[in-house]
Amino acid sequence: MGSTNSTLSKIPNVEELMQETGFTPAHIVRLYDRFEALDKEKTGHLRPQDFGAINRLAMNPIGDRIIGAFFSPGQETVDFHSFVRILAHFRPADKKRPKDPSMPEPVNSRTSKLKYPPLVFSLISVAFQLYDQDKDGKISRAELLQVLRSMLEMQVTEEQLESIADRTIQEADLDKDDAISFEEFRKSLEKVNIDHKMSIRFLR
Amino acid sequence: MVLLAISRPSLASEATGNGTEHTITTLPIVIWKWEEIHFPYLVALWVLVSWLCKLVFQLNPCLTRVIPESGLLICIGWVLGGIIYGADKVQTFRLQPFTFFFYLLPQIVLDAGYSMPNKLFFGNLGAILVYAVIGTCWNAATLGLALWGCWLGGAMGNIDTGLLQLLLFGSLIAAVDPVAVIAVFEEVHVNEVLYILVFGESLLNDGVTVVLFNVFDAFVSLGGAQIDAVEIIKGIISFFVVAVGGSLVGVVFALLISLLTRCTKNIQIIEPGFIFVLGYLSYLTAEMLSLSAILSCTFCGVCCQKYINANMDERSVSTVRSTMKVFANGSETIIFVFLGISAIDPSIWVWNTAFILLTLLFIFVFRFIGVFLLTWILNQYRLVPLDFIDQLVMGYGGLRGAVAYGLVLLLDENKYKEKKLMISTTLIVVYFTVMLQGITMKPLVTWLKVKRAAVSERTLAEKIQNRTFDHMLVAIEDISGQIGDNYMRDKWNNFEEKWLYWLLMTPIARKSCDPIFNIFHKLNIKDATSYVKEGERRGSLAFVRNENKADVDFNKKFGADFSEMIRDSVPSVCLDMHEQDLKMRESEDFDAHHLLQQHLYKGRKQHRHRYSRKQLEVNKDEHEVQEIFQRTMRSRLESFKSAKMGVAPPKKISKHLKKDQPQKVREACTFSSFPLVFITIFLEFSEGDSASGYEAAGGSFPMRAYRGAGIVNPAFMAEMDTMDPMPPMQQIPSWLAETEVDSSNMVPSQRAQLRLPWTPSNLRRLAPLCLSTHSNDSFLLADSPATQEGISDLPDKTNPLKQLT
Repeated sequence: MGSTNSTLSKIPNVEELMQETGFTPAHIVRLYDRFEALDKEKTGHLRPQDFGAINRLAMNPIGDRIIGAFFSPGQETVDFHSFVRILAHFRPADKKRPKDPSMPEPVNSRTSKLKYPPLVFSLISVAFQLYDQDKDGKISRAELLQVLRSMLEMQVTEEQLESIADRTIQEADLDKDDAISFEEFRKSLEKVNIDHKMSIRFLR
Repeated sequence: MVLLAISRPSLASEATGNGTEHTITTLPIVIWKWEEIHFPYLVALWVLVSWLCKLVFQLNPCLTRVIPESGLLICIGWVLGGIIYGADKVQTFRLQPFTFFFYLLPQIVLDAGYSMPNKLFFGNLGAILVYAVIGTCWNAATLGLALWGCWLGGAMGNIDTGLLQLLLFGSLIAAVDPVAVIAVFEEVHVNEVLYILVFGESLLNDGVTVVLFNVFDAFVSLGGAQIDAVEIIKGIISFFVVAVGGSLVGVVFALLISLLTRCTKNIQIIEPGFIFVLGYLSYLTAEMLSLSAILSCTFCGVCCQKYINANMDERSVSTVRSTMKVFANGSETIIFVFLGISAIDPSIWVWNTAFILLTLLFIFVFRFIGVFLLTWILNQYRLVPLDFIDQLVMGYGGLRGAVAYGLVLLLDENKYKEKKLMISTTLIVVYFTVMLQGITMKPLVTWLKVKRAAVSERTLAEKIQNRTFDHMLVAIEDISGQIGDNYMRDKWNNFEEKWLYWLLMTPIARKSCDPIFNIFHKLNIKDATSYVKEGERRGSLAFVRNENKADVDFNKKFGADFSEMIRDSVPSVCLDMHEQDLKMRESEDFDAHHLLQQHLYKGRKQHRHRYSRKQLEVNKDEHEVQEIFQRTMRSRLESFKSAKMGVAPPKKISKHLKKDQPQKVREACTFSSFPLVFITIFLEFSEGDSASGYEAAGGSFPMRAYRGAGIVNPAFMAEMDTMDPMPPMQQIPSWLAETEVDSSNMVPSQRAQLRLPWTPSNLRRLAPLCLSTHSNDSFLLADSPATQEGISDLPDKTNPLKQLT
């Protein structure tokens, strides 16, 4: 695997990265190639527009939000390390995975009491972040409406959307504060068979 | 029973030569014709009796909850067998192998193949094959060797057998039986993956069983001395030939059936019949060629189900489904009853405690060991590893059944001196697994808290989150540039749609073969039925629904009855009924679900990337894709400012648009390939997300979608009309202006959008792009001044686009 090694040596701090995320060298190389392919100007950083070049993402109703998830607050670019770290969230369950420090605060405190394997948990937390754009730890009705709007077809009228959003909050909101906290979110997903949805095989 | 008593003396008298030839002296008015018709009569009678048994124990529902049906049927079989034996002193009726293999088994296998959940099956095919092939070989080898070891050790006393015979016995008893698995697992709803693994294994291991059986049988005939490497190699080769050949025969027949149903539109009355005949022929053909008949029948059902379901009329489809179930269930019942009856026959019983007990023990132990070993290996490669509990259930679910019994009856008595012992053992094993394991399966599953089959999404939250996850995963796959399973699935879907649909499906079927449409259709029917029921309940059919059920009336607010459920200030969905009643809440619930079902964007995986040269109307999938695309582009438009992308900010566009409009149209029309852009976008993959992926795929797309000066798709505009009270405007989306842009990034989207106008009124929806001023969406942060402008522009509709009207 000569080419692997040579590519690996181009990446700074690759050992640390592998340690942190648990990717194998082959994976890192593959991701690096992908990174470079996306980074057309070879700046070493990715900007949102580079993600926009992925045409299939435009077909995805929450594609832009996902792109947003790659960029930490305030950052305009993402470097390879952050890129890999975020993708590491979606790896299949691996018992040896180290804790990811970039998870939001309320989540970390519950890590020890989890019933879910690490991957599913991080999936749920990422999903929660997708909804919760203002990062106040709760999904408000307006935020939910936004997401619903983007996921539902245009024929659905405002009133229908609102009633769906209301109903959803009713179902999930246990403490009746008209917003869904992370705990309630997680509970509402108890029956969803998340790990069976994982089909990103190559990220093992 | 009376007739049996009668038949006995007549059979006896036949033996004494009482033929039908006898001189008559006067015209007989009525003749007793038993001898002529006794065979079909008995067959029909037995079928009736077996099926009546099912009725008998349904009288006591508690019984069926505890003991699986198959077990109860065997018990009744014992009773019947006892009666017959008592009457005849010899067991006149027993399960003949020929009857079993050619009249009773094919329907069950065909039904199994036809109702197989294909996605699950092929998704787990690797694991299934590992269990079926390697697992069965392991079971057979270990059992045979273990028994041989014990025999050598003298544990079994003096029986006349040898290594090869024991290996043969091992191979026929090693196979998990599909009939038994269906019978038991049907009542225990374990999760789908577990079920498909056990079930798939039980079906596919026939290939191995047949080969092993024949190989060892031949070896026994040859004698031990003549077995050398050549023979063994031949044995291995024969495995591949038998298994693959059998499957190919099945696939060929599946093609035949699909082609046939394509042409049978005018003879719909017997259309269903073809399925059965051809399915049966596939079984027989494989058997004739000494290939694996079960594999052939299975793959025939598996491969043809989609096409025939699409091609045939709905009534034919439901006929086929029901009839298959009748046959399959009927056969299963008969098999189990006769398994019971056949036992009551002292002539076949040879009891050798050690042999029987050892067999039972080894079957159990080696099954578990095999499952654990193989699962451990598989888990290294599987995405979703099978956990310990699932493995336990899988090991415990290795039921043996009638197939083993049928095979053992086929043994030649001269070669196998211990045939009777083997028969006895087989029967005991079958009873043990079916009854004992069947009875304890349900409690075991409950006790171990095995993950059960997923119930349908009950809450809206779940539904939405499920979909969100789907989208999320698809997006991550796209970003990371590699598509694992989905890639292969995509490729297969594309191939299928390009070639197979064209070949095997009628043109009408091709169009309507759409999951969204189907669900929509089913929900509409369900709606209609429930409305009529409701109307009848309240004694009036005065309400009339004349259109799409999703357009329900929103003008009612709910009264006090529902205030705890629904906030009063929010207008809720309400069906257009005369008065509110308690059913409202359910119907609101139903409607919300219905709305979601209809209108949630499906994840891309589920899209049919279908290209039909004749397609004129807007395919709902394309519509959905275009919608999403447009919205994304729109929101990006608000945020992207960089000239690199070539997206001019909204303000500037107005200048270009007006004068460029005519040219745009012409340019639009010259893009001959662009509706296919969506298809081709899907076809392109990872490393180059540039425009490289397009084939100008046969640009015979009808340009008549364009008329006049507007880039107006009439079908689309019509929808716009119903959606929105605003008059359709000849709008060109703001990002149209730049065509000579850095096209490597935006070309596909632009081409797509040229076709689809967008009324500015809908921009209103996108107004709340960010809720708080502290949005961490970096696009917006970077572009906040312009965005603010953009946003403020939109609501009051003084946006530049309006200047066009």
